[in-house]
Amino acid sequence: MNQFTGQSLSWDVKDGVIELSLHRAPCNEIGSRTLGELEKFVGALAGLVAESHALIVHSSLECGFCAGADLRELYQSAQKISKNEARQGVREFLERIHRVMNTIDAAPIPTIAAVHGVTFGGGFELALVCDLIIADKMARFCFPELRLGLIPGFGGIPRLKRDLGNGVVRDLLLTGRSINATKAQSVGLVSQVAAEGEALRVARATAAQIGKFDRRTTLAAKQFIKPIPYEELRREIDLFCELFAQPAVEAGLRKFVESTDAQPYLP
Amino acid sequence: MYPSMATIDQTLDEILTLAASHFKVPRGRLSPDDDFFKTLGIDSLQTLDLLTRLEQHFDVELPDYELQGVSDFRTLAGRIQARL
Repeated sequence: MNQFTGQSLSWDVKDGVIELSLHRAPCNEIGSRTLGELEKFVGALAGLVAESHALIVHSSLECGFCAGADLRELYQSAQKISKNEARQGVREFLERIHRVMNTIDAAPIPTIAAVHGVTFGGGFELALVCDLIIADKMARFCFPELRLGLIPGFGGIPRLKRDLGNGVVRDLLLTGRSINATKAQSVGLVSQVAAEGEALRVARATAAQIGKFDRRTTLAAKQFIKPIPYEELRREIDLFCELFAQPAVEAGLRKFVESTDAQPYLP
Repeated sequence: MYPSMATIDQTLDEILTLAASHFKVPRGRLSPDDDFFKTLGIDSLQTLDLLTRLEQHFDVELPDYELQGVSDFRTLAGRIQARL
């Protein structure tokens, strides 16, 4: 399936580059519908890769790349079922999203996240599975999960640790603060900073450059430099589920969902 | 590099000018003690946008937790001044 247009995302192949575009309002929150379409995408990936040399993941919404997991859906669905069922549901969701993330992480072609605006939580984690992050100068990165009594659950910590020094990882994780694209580039998270509104164009130019090289050599280089921390990813799921059982999490989710605060995205 | 000798009044003035320009509000309508959420009519995502623009303009890193509870331009200027 070379082309797809769903309710949360779409993909297309242009000039040998797969472009996966997120477009679920308000800001590409990842809930069950987006997950289902991401699964559809990774299911089609093997076929797409045969005629492509790179993948670009981006958002077509103005607000940003992705604001993370759909906390409203998580909270509201958990209210309708028992606590044990909710915990089981969260584990199943995490197992599924990890399969998606791991598949993109291991894709046999170079992958580029072209990000702008809000790149928070699960959105940050989606960017982290890509080989390169190209950021609009107005992009902001954040792991706000600790304020809910949780840790990032879509593979964020092991992948951030793979790319950055532990001091930066702890700062981002323990303070929940956001950093801008310039800071993210200075610590080695972002490879290129683009002017406002130019991240996708820069990503396309980068993908075109990547396409000049021998495909097998490129894959060998990628696999050599970017090991996937499977064991830590498994432990992250277990720890997330353990923390999800704490009463503080329900209270934190309720506070976020019911918030009329002007600053729900500020720690 | 932003000059490190800027006074708090200069910093405040530049914040007001930047906010007026970006959010298309007449500069004369903004005062140092205004609640910028109300005056600019911005939500939390737009606040992050403003934060990024201020970090770029002043060439500082301003952790967003330092903005918690800050809603007026004067206090915001003080937070930025402390990072210059």
